[in-house]
Amino acid sequence: MTLHLLALLAEPQLPKLAPSDSFWLPVDASVTSRNIDWVWDFMIWVSLLVTIGVFVAIFHFITKYKAKSRAANEIAEKSAEHNTALEITWSVLPLFVCIALFVWGFKGFVDLRTPPKEAMELHANAQKWKWTFDYKCATGGMTDDTLHVPIDRPVRMLISSVDVLHALYIPSFRTKMDAVPGRYTDLWFQATKAGDYPIFCAEYCGTSHSDMLSHVVVHPAGQYETWLKGACEKADSMVGPERGKKLYSQQGCETCHTIDGTPKIGPSWKGLFGKMEMMADGTPYKVDENYLRESMMDPTAKVVQGFAPSMPTYKGKLSDKDIDGLIEFIKTLK
Amino acid sequence: MASPTTTADAAIPEKKGADDNYLTHDKGFASWAFTLDHKRIGVMYLASVLSAFALGGVFALLVRTELWSPGRTIMEHDTYNQMFTLHGAIMVFLVIIPGIPAALGNIILPLHLGAKDVAFPKLNLASYYLWIIGCLCMLGSLVTNAVDTGWTFYAPYSTTTQTNVIPAAMGAFILGFSSIFTGLNFIVTIHKLRPPGMTFFRMPLFVWALYSTALIQVLATPVIGITLLMMIVERVFGLGIFDPSLGGDPVLFQHFFWFYSHPAVYIMIVPAFGVVSEIIPVFSRKRLFGYQFIAISSLAIAFLGFLVWGHHMFTSGQSVLAGTIFSAITFLIAIPTAIKIFNWVSTMYKGRIHLDTPMLYALAFLWVFTIGGLTGVFLAVMGVDIHLHDTYFVVAHFHYVMMGGAITAFLGGLHYWFPKAFGKMYDEKTGRIGALIVFVGLNLTFFPQFILGSRGMPRRYYNYLPEFQGLHQLSTIGAFTLGIGFLLTAISLGRALKNGKPAPKNPWGGVTLEWTTTSPPPYYNFHTPPPVTAGPYDGYENLVYDEKIGGYVAKT
Repeated sequence: MTLHLLALLAEPQLPKLAPSDSFWLPVDASVTSRNIDWVWDFMIWVSLLVTIGVFVAIFHFITKYKAKSRAANEIAEKSAEHNTALEITWSVLPLFVCIALFVWGFKGFVDLRTPPKEAMELHANAQKWKWTFDYKCATGGMTDDTLHVPIDRPVRMLISSVDVLHALYIPSFRTKMDAVPGRYTDLWFQATKAGDYPIFCAEYCGTSHSDMLSHVVVHPAGQYETWLKGACEKADSMVGPERGKKLYSQQGCETCHTIDGTPKIGPSWKGLFGKMEMMADGTPYKVDENYLRESMMDPTAKVVQGFAPSMPTYKGKLSDKDIDGLIEFIKTLK
Repeated sequence: MASPTTTADAAIPEKKGADDNYLTHDKGFASWAFTLDHKRIGVMYLASVLSAFALGGVFALLVRTELWSPGRTIMEHDTYNQMFTLHGAIMVFLVIIPGIPAALGNIILPLHLGAKDVAFPKLNLASYYLWIIGCLCMLGSLVTNAVDTGWTFYAPYSTTTQTNVIPAAMGAFILGFSSIFTGLNFIVTIHKLRPPGMTFFRMPLFVWALYSTALIQVLATPVIGITLLMMIVERVFGLGIFDPSLGGDPVLFQHFFWFYSHPAVYIMIVPAFGVVSEIIPVFSRKRLFGYQFIAISSLAIAFLGFLVWGHHMFTSGQSVLAGTIFSAITFLIAIPTAIKIFNWVSTMYKGRIHLDTPMLYALAFLWVFTIGGLTGVFLAVMGVDIHLHDTYFVVAHFHYVMMGGAITAFLGGLHYWFPKAFGKMYDEKTGRIGALIVFVGLNLTFFPQFILGSRGMPRRYYNYLPEFQGLHQLSTIGAFTLGIGFLLTAISLGRALKNGKPAPKNPWGGVTLEWTTTSPPPYYNFHTPPPVTAGPYDGYENLVYDEKIGGYVAKT
């Protein structure tokens, strides 16, 4: 297991943080950050001022009014217990700052929650522990584990989850939304800089929560369409074990099933086809095409002994061509 | 439940000597295990809470050690998830919630009121044993297949994970009742057992803080109990409440959970306000600035705390309107909190400041809590929170408030009342060094986490991008520094217990009632309720320091 995790870490597609010109915030690459970053900066300066102010006051008082010794029995000088002017100042000033911050925060929030009408739509699927993104092709659709978007066009992500809570988080776009099983949520952005930015899962979802990473590729003007066409053609033309192999990583099979014989969260696919497996209820069952198909469509129907029934269903997510491909791929793993 | 006066009168010791106190009054295991004395129950709470704190601290150090490098450092994914869950659950339910009220409050509240005990001594003991049972349930989960849901128990993960969630949730459920009993007891005690002359506005602020806390404990805790029960029912019987695959709604769980857990944040921090309000005037030899404001604002914060739970859910898919209202009310809490800090700082103006260990902790609290409070404002600003939610920024923020605020104040209070509770003085120099190391350690641990979070590092991550490693390592070094500070403090207080110098009645020159009785107090605290004629911070000038006894006596 350790070896496998190290292998995961060493994967070249580990997203990289682009260098940022802000000390605090990651590089900003979407119009959605326009109402956020300057509020952040304002708050940092106010906070610095207040923190330093409190520190200086404390330091000043403990040096200036430090008692000599207890034996000296010094009595505190008489000073007012109230100072109306002072108290009004330190109540009203923070009040104004808070009102302003509330209004700015509200504006930023409404901005983040209101996608423009002309936004193009993409679907993000969350499952333990993989993000997949659906694209529309000329004929049918295509799924990829990387988010590809065009520059300067608003994109609305429709988010869903098949198992537990997750959250789609793109730091460089300053946006985040929970993926809630049983309902749709959404977020939007409009990328302003071509490049490659990390995507994290921000809502704790179990074992490999911290490996539920992806990245968003922002294509320069005109290149998104070219990429989409190529990717669709490639996805369409691929059949058999080759298709299965691609789906194995794209659909998140690899997060639970290895192909080297080590059991992970689910049984390894190596040598799986034709094997006699003991089911959780104690009956043996020979792994054939129908068993594999059923395991993808209704994963909890027959669970292999020693494994938790934690696999989500792929009903509606895999086409017949996809299922064929995966079965063919598993057959090659002897 | 027998009324306290009758139990007390019936058993007033006649033949005990002048040096009889609650620690020597009775001997043997049973005299502690079945005691109804609030001070002994407080001491048992103190020992138990500190043990839980040590355990939670070990889990924290294991978590921080694992985060020394990305990928595996010392443990696997699943073990790490269990470690941070146990760290959170232990620190919240077993340490911080009972910490100041049940441990320090139990010892001090009746003394503050010149009373012989709390209103319901048997209920008090019951609440302690519920704590023990709750603690055993949690440990039961720990030694079998420890819970891995995070202390928040979010559904549907918590209703589907293979780990032992039920004992941990049962533990939290039972600890909730322990908390409700303490709260109920304190409310009645404060209403009914004040001495003649002590009006509400002559109560020490620690009493005000405990009162506000107790109201939240009684009103909010039942909600978490019901929520955890529903989660257990869903796990055991497959009844669909929260899991959408059974027809439930996972966001409903979050509403229920935060309806308790946000007020619970004030259960944790308001008592700390009380402790700091006691320490600062005594060590400044000056009346507290803005007493009435601090008293009332504790109540106001307790009330408003019930109306802001949705600010934990800005990214959950809740409506924009709901989010807006929750954000607006959240800002309302920021202002009284800011004013409190200004009041505490102003109290020192023209005072005569003694920098003994309790005061050092109070000053550390002021500065650290300022940072914790200000970063809370970042999170209240909705647009900015979307970026910061569920990142290390949030982790840093609540550790600045809970660890830097509540625990620092707890340690300050522990040093402040240690001579009173145990009749021994600790070594002042070691105490101060401990306070300094704790202060440095907690800033070193948690400040880098603000930067990690704002740069986009999500929380509860076992693995992380290599770019984040430097800040993670700083934080880990800080955590071990903090550990050394706590260890030193523990050794110092342990040695004081064994061979500390005997403490005088009033080592710091306080004018609240606990300082008018002996250290440690006699079994029944006061022979007759001491009459109160002035406010709790009036009359420092009537005390003089007597070098022979190392404490303050009335001016003659």
